[in-house]
Amino acid sequence: MTWDTKLIEKANEIIELYPQKRSALGPLLYLAQEKEGYIDDDSVVEISKLIGITEVQVRSVASFYTMYKQEPTGQYLLSVCKSISCEINNSRELINNIKEFTGLANNETDEDKTFTFEEVECIGACGGAPAVQVNYETVEGVTPTKALELCKYLKEEVPKVIVADELQEKFGGVKSFDWGIEDNSGTSSTAPGFQIIGTAEEK
Amino acid sequence: MKETLLLTKHMRENPEDSHLIDIYEKNNGYNAARKVLKENNPGEVIEEIKDSNIRGRGGAGFPTGVKWGFLAEDQERYLVINGDESEPGTFKDRILLERDPHQLIEGIIVTSFASNISKAFIYIRGEYAKPARRVQDAIEQAYEKGYLGKNIFDSGKNLDVVVHLGAGAYICGEETALLNSLEGRRGEPRLKPPYFPAVKGLYNKPTLVNNVETISSVPWIINNSGKDYAKLGVEGSTGTRIFSLSGHVNNPGNFEIEMGSSFGEFIDTFGKGIKENKSVKAYIPGGASAPWFKGSQLDIKMTIDDVADAKSMLGSGAVVVMDQDTNLVLAAKSIVSFFAHESCGQCTPCREGTTWLEMILDRIASGRGRTSDIDLLLDVCDNISPGLSWPPKMTTICPLGPSAVSPITSLMGSFRDEVESLLPKKVLINNE
Repeated sequence: MTWDTKLIEKANEIIELYPQKRSALGPLLYLAQEKEGYIDDDSVVEISKLIGITEVQVRSVASFYTMYKQEPTGQYLLSVCKSISCEINNSRELINNIKEFTGLANNETDEDKTFTFEEVECIGACGGAPAVQVNYETVEGVTPTKALELCKYLKEEVPKVIVADELQEKFGGVKSFDWGIEDNSGTSSTAPGFQIIGTAEEK
Repeated sequence: MKETLLLTKHMRENPEDSHLIDIYEKNNGYNAARKVLKENNPGEVIEEIKDSNIRGRGGAGFPTGVKWGFLAEDQERYLVINGDESEPGTFKDRILLERDPHQLIEGIIVTSFASNISKAFIYIRGEYAKPARRVQDAIEQAYEKGYLGKNIFDSGKNLDVVVHLGAGAYICGEETALLNSLEGRRGEPRLKPPYFPAVKGLYNKPTLVNNVETISSVPWIINNSGKDYAKLGVEGSTGTRIFSLSGHVNNPGNFEIEMGSSFGEFIDTFGKGIKENKSVKAYIPGGASAPWFKGSQLDIKMTIDDVADAKSMLGSGAVVVMDQDTNLVLAAKSIVSFFAHESCGQCTPCREGTTWLEMILDRIASGRGRTSDIDLLLDVCDNISPGLSWPPKMTTICPLGPSAVSPITSLMGSFRDEVESLLPKKVLINNE
């Protein structure tokens, strides 16, 4: 997809935040991912023009980081942690359940583009192990059974905005800490929800 | 044993609205910044921080005041806050970002004043989208009040703060890799020398890189005094520290304590014991990079120096407890897989070595191990970190490779029987 004027305007706003244009590369890649669900070739061309580096340089950076997806993702990116605290708290059973429900292996997307499933390294939710992220919104203390219910809910209810608080209440358990502040913000894409990129959304 | 709340006091007292600027200000918020900008010169602030003896909370434990003093002279200098918290077991910066963002911003204002900096970046890992949103909201509130932007607190000083989201790379917690990432490059660590951030940092300009918890401690130190801070904790590990406790404990969480009590006491008091009343087989004292301690070593004191003397590190303050029934080969494999996945690929010993370690551990865990595998594991480790000593010797640009060696040496040092039990027995010819 080539970028329209509005998107280019947004990109230029982001570039303005930095003393050197190239620093905006990361956020601009998220901008592409928000639109397309991955880093598509057209966006690579647009970004390379906007910040004045080659397309290969853009792709080289995009492919280095786990969160920039090189292939199209589904509506919901399920990232299940398998690092030490989750590993010893039974994340493997949870992973197996999700695999069975979705029929997906690690890093696969289903045909109707509902789910992308991935096993990931530590997401900083160790006190709430095992933990899952849906579109980079964290849900903690998810049992293998609750993980199935979460998948079912996403498939059947198809929520537009993913809000951590809501999923935590429905499918979560023990937390890393008291979350305290009530929150109804989240994201509706597989780019993390963040104001500067324009991916943060209120429910 | 109880908590000493400095950094987590405001969020505990105002659980539902600690993130709002008005509530923060009602609780003495932004008075440290106001005071410093009106009454002090930068040298006085640096002295105060030096007096506190606070050491960096990111993992390396370098004295913060000394670091500030190293910053080279230049018209253009930067402050970068390291919020790329990704060390397995660690979730203490997350709570500070999510629940008390103004404390961090106030720390940034004071730090920038002390080091004559007018542009700061907060690098937050991409998976911390929610904490990043909170910090961004808080920054916008601070701009509205005139605490950030031009002529802050009518002092004639300017300060801009930008939140930059990472994209899922543990290695960007290494300060020079973080700077590369912030420049829009692959997160590959730089060679030191010449790239010491204090001299050649962001855009090759002098740059101060400090951890979220370190900078969040600054307002308290200014509001009280460096000497008051130094009275807390023990010599060499002053002040409080937020420890992240996870694994097989009944009550995981973040706990802010003065350093100096034993791990056993800490786990009993705050973790409320081990799940199902089991015993501790092993525990990790400072994040996945740290060598493990045995369950019989719970009397080690939680200070930077005591843990170092016992041949591990307090690192990021992440305590992971493994009970008597834990399969330690799988635990080690999880940690080694982590490092194999997160290796940036620049240095051969790390890129190749971590992958080999992962494969060998995988076959041992799944019952396909060979009798020679223990020697092979140790040989690969020795190629990554010659001599397998602690602190580790390095053949690589950064410590990631040697970190992957920690779980293997722990396993072989204290739990070799467990690994051997998974391997085929040696066949004895003429069995007698």
